[in-house]
Amino acid sequence: MTAMTASTSAPEAGGVKETPVFYVADEHEHGEGGSTQLGFWLYLMSDCLIFAVLFATYGVLGGNFAAGPSPKDLFDLPLVAVNTSMLLFSSITYGFAVLEMQKNRKQGMLMWLAITMMFGAAFIGIELFEFTHMILEGATPQRSAFLSSFFTLVGTHGLHVTFGIIWMITLMVQVMKFGLNEPNKRRILCLSMFWHFLDVVWIGVFTFVYLMGVLR
Amino acid sequence: MSTDAHASHGHAGHGHAGHGHAGHGHIAPGGHDDHGHGGGHPESTLSGYLTGFVLSVILTAIPFWLVMSGVLESKEATAISILAIGAVQIVVHMIYFLHMTPSSEGGWTLMALIFTVVMVVITLTGSLWVMYHLTTNMMPMDPSQLP
Repeated sequence: MTAMTASTSAPEAGGVKETPVFYVADEHEHGEGGSTQLGFWLYLMSDCLIFAVLFATYGVLGGNFAAGPSPKDLFDLPLVAVNTSMLLFSSITYGFAVLEMQKNRKQGMLMWLAITMMFGAAFIGIELFEFTHMILEGATPQRSAFLSSFFTLVGTHGLHVTFGIIWMITLMVQVMKFGLNEPNKRRILCLSMFWHFLDVVWIGVFTFVYLMGVLR
Repeated sequence: MSTDAHASHGHAGHGHAGHGHAGHGHIAPGGHDDHGHGGGHPESTLSGYLTGFVLSVILTAIPFWLVMSGVLESKEATAISILAIGAVQIVVHMIYFLHMTPSSEGGWTLMALIFTVVMVVITLTGSLWVMYHLTTNMMPMDPSQLP
């Protein structure tokens, strides 16, 4: 009998005859920023779809050289390896920054964020060097479908890293001005997700674009 | 499993008046309780980051070494190995750097991730598969291929 009423009535209705409610009727309080992490994760997943489309475009067009330069002529694997290690180091140093933040050590966190930012800037610098080198050799985005899709995919990733650096500088100024308060901690964790996510995308780039390109 | 989790939640947390019985008609997905969002962010640890870093250095070095030295004779074998190692490295980053666990945010991050992975796989394999066949069925454009 009790089981019957429990299953047919709404959660808080307690025996009163009512139409059943098939959603959570008692919406509980969300603390400020309580859903930020999940929301930011959903943004990252949508960003992931953007990259999936760019990867698919590169996968389809990556072999159309239009009698122009091929990946073998253009890609310098030792340089790509250095670039990859820059991003990898920046991931671990960001991790150290988060650890310092958990211990509420403001100076240590700012120092690790600055180091992370320098690794990120080195990554962007090397990438820009590579791009200018290619463009000066005549391998411009309009040269072939392969180069168009290459510059779109790798350039979009580079833009993300650039915006990550801008975000990092903004956060460092915020922390210096207002200290390690709850909103700033939340933002640092969001940027942490963003930064590590970009590293994940880069794994796809160096495997699928650079290594597979040279192998082709 | 879900009733079990629900019951333990009910006891550990604030003892809600109407939530005592196991198997109560709670509509929300498993594990999502009044304080379901709380256990969302596992603490980062130094050992976790270092493990992830060492693993990803190894998993980055191997594919570069495979391609640059050409130890594997066949290109297909090299391609398959570097793609597989790349996939493993992505999982390593997800676990050690992005702290993905099945229980984070009450399981919603994992649900979103699974959905996204399905979409990514459909996009990638679908595009490559269809466009590959489109290309092979095209009229030969290269004069040397004409009869």
